[in-house]
Amino acid sequence: MLGFEALDLARFQFAFTVSFHILFPAFSIGLASYLMVLEGLWLKTGNEIYHNLYRFWVRIFAVVFGLGVVSGVVMAYEFGTNWSGFAERAGDITGVLLTYEVLTAFFMEAGFLGIMLFGEGRVSRRLHFSATCLVAVGTLISMTWILMSNSWMQTPAGYEVIDGRFEPSNWLEIMFNPSFPYRIVHMGLAAFISVGFVVGGVGAYHLLRNRRDQAARKMFSMAMWAILVALPVQIIAGDMHGLNTLEHQPAKVAAMEGHWENEPDQKGMPLVLFALPSMNDAANHFELKVPYASSLILTHTLDGKIQGLKDWPRDEWPDVPLVFWSFRIMVGLGMLMLGMGVVGLFLRWRGQLYEARWFQRLALFTTPVGFIALLAGWITTEAGRQPWVVYGMLRTEDAVSMHSVGSMLTTLIGFMVVYAIIFGIGIYYMLRLIRSEPMNMVPSGGPGHERQPKRPMSAADGSFEEQN
Amino acid sequence: MTIDLPVIWYLLIGFAVAMYVMMDGFSLGVGILFPFIKGDENRDVMMNTVAPVWDGNQTWMILGGAGLYGAFPLAYSVILPAMYLPLILMLLALIFRGIAFEFRFKSNRSRKWFDLAFSGGAMVATFSQGVVLGGIINGLAVSERAYQGGTFDWFSPFALFTGLALMAGYALLGAGWLIMKTEGDLQKRFYQLARPLTLLLVASMIVISVWTPLSNGRIAERWFTFPNIAWFAPVPILVALLSWSIWNGVTHSHERRLFFKVLGLFFLGLSGLVISFFPLIIPPDITLWDAASARASQSFLIVGYVILVPIVLIYTAYSYYVFRGKVRAGEGYH
Repeated sequence: MLGFEALDLARFQFAFTVSFHILFPAFSIGLASYLMVLEGLWLKTGNEIYHNLYRFWVRIFAVVFGLGVVSGVVMAYEFGTNWSGFAERAGDITGVLLTYEVLTAFFMEAGFLGIMLFGEGRVSRRLHFSATCLVAVGTLISMTWILMSNSWMQTPAGYEVIDGRFEPSNWLEIMFNPSFPYRIVHMGLAAFISVGFVVGGVGAYHLLRNRRDQAARKMFSMAMWAILVALPVQIIAGDMHGLNTLEHQPAKVAAMEGHWENEPDQKGMPLVLFALPSMNDAANHFELKVPYASSLILTHTLDGKIQGLKDWPRDEWPDVPLVFWSFRIMVGLGMLMLGMGVVGLFLRWRGQLYEARWFQRLALFTTPVGFIALLAGWITTEAGRQPWVVYGMLRTEDAVSMHSVGSMLTTLIGFMVVYAIIFGIGIYYMLRLIRSEPMNMVPSGGPGHERQPKRPMSAADGSFEEQN
Repeated sequence: MTIDLPVIWYLLIGFAVAMYVMMDGFSLGVGILFPFIKGDENRDVMMNTVAPVWDGNQTWMILGGAGLYGAFPLAYSVILPAMYLPLILMLLALIFRGIAFEFRFKSNRSRKWFDLAFSGGAMVATFSQGVVLGGIINGLAVSERAYQGGTFDWFSPFALFTGLALMAGYALLGAGWLIMKTEGDLQKRFYQLARPLTLLLVASMIVISVWTPLSNGRIAERWFTFPNIAWFAPVPILVALLSWSIWNGVTHSHERRLFFKVLGLFFLGLSGLVISFFPLIIPPDITLWDAASARASQSFLIVGYVILVPIVLIYTAYSYYVFRGKVRAGEGYH
């Protein structure tokens, strides 16, 4: 049917559901920490602007968190429904890590979210701040377990294979497998940066409406500082992550670089800036190269070498154009984001940060840029792991459940329709929240305040639709 | 003496599943009862009784699923693909149920659609769960540690019947819960619904109890031989006593006891399943020892479970305590 095989559909379905899902946890991770900083600053300085900003963003956090929960439940079951070969062989390791995530993070987040969203005025400020901190820590704990699991699939360690199944032999080696430290730093920073651009974009939107808006100035300024500090660190972390990948998954790096042939001796590797890689010809078309640059980046010497893809059998190549281009999109956007941080600093130095309308329009336009880079990065690392699900050990085609094309297609359409609906509703509602004035946040849940919201997405008092 | 970890894990996962069935059971039951109750205000009250707790209730389902994945990966990797279509349907339905909680109170023009999402989502999710249960009881084709059956193996009159039976059961749980949480005319409505729902549930339990051994020789053998029959005998007797007591409780308006008696019925139903199938985890052949993960996995995970689950239970009990008492119109949590 349509030339797709069930395996392609299974991969596409997982890619679709996980890409949709990951936006929301990434948003929650960054935003929860931002809320923690805002509330901490408010308690420390007593400046009401921070309190207003907290109330503004906590309502958006509620919607984001809710969408993360409903799309996350699907993921917990998809490992079994769609990838039963993987679940059966690797469940002794990945199932245990997932259960720890439920036990240490999901229950804790659910438990303290209520106080964080609705407890103001009912519990002491200190207790409320503790709840905010616990939710923020919960999002980080959750990220830690799931990235351990993902990293173990990329760089498996601490296991023995017994009758074709992965059994744990050393839990510390499993948890702190070779790519985990790099991945968690890279992903954590990516979440913070993505949220930095969202906060900056929303701040810019309100500055464009009213450049005297104190809360808008504050969030725009905080976002620009965060971006300026985080981007250089992220680029260094990304470089180190790349070197780690080169050590453990050299074929992935070869695909990222569009590097097919081993270079002759005494010659540095060029960096391919642009090309149309062709799997059939095992070569790049329309190449644009910078001499020596790849050697410099990957080996930090002028004539260092890495293996070309032709060193591996054809059936162990990942999809080169996809990995090559998603990597370039991530890096390109990273450079754009770094540039914005630097320009922001320059404008601040010239006292123009709140005046330069063009820069605010740019910031508004680039609101989603962090998320796009984040997705591109995940596509690079996940598509680059192919054709393996557990790198070098278990092939994706041996991991997939034996569903027919018909049932895969049916469920895929079901997911796409349902996600389009809930995404539409969620975005519509979030935009309404974003458009409200950050300086006019009314306290919620205080004495004499009748409507006590108790549910994540119900934290906002506003009606979902305009009254007519 | 070595501890039989797989048996302990069987009970721990059974506990998570029981927590889910009982707790999300009444939350879904509230949705199933929506069509019987007219009026926005009444429906607001109904939703508000579960609004503060439904999310935590649903987390037990994730614990059950993830725990199965980590402690019995074979069961996870056979049951889930075998039940592919009903499970995906359940997940999609739960998404609609979940977002309805969040958005219904904020909508004016589209409130009808969120009513439908909430109620329809609850019905479809419940029916799917019942179908999954019936499909597992019917047994799954397994060889070489993988599911070998077809896409529609779960589809049988028996599984469709268990789907409907679970809807009756959750509706009764929901009615019991709502009797406890509401008052006045609305509460009367649930008293009226309690008896027919009890009849439906008990009749379904009888049908399932007759149908199962008729279509499954091994279970018949298990049930009707001594001494097993002595283990079973208390279950139907207790079910009869409890149902009679629920019937009477309606006459005497036992507001709170009714709900706990319905929970008791569910507990008996689940224990009947355990007695019938233990130590099988995937009927007809796979035992919990066949399906268990490595000892190093089960022992590493059990440490977290026994430390963290009691803490979760304390927190859960506290949040029910905070939201105790009747819910009245206009004082919702939304």
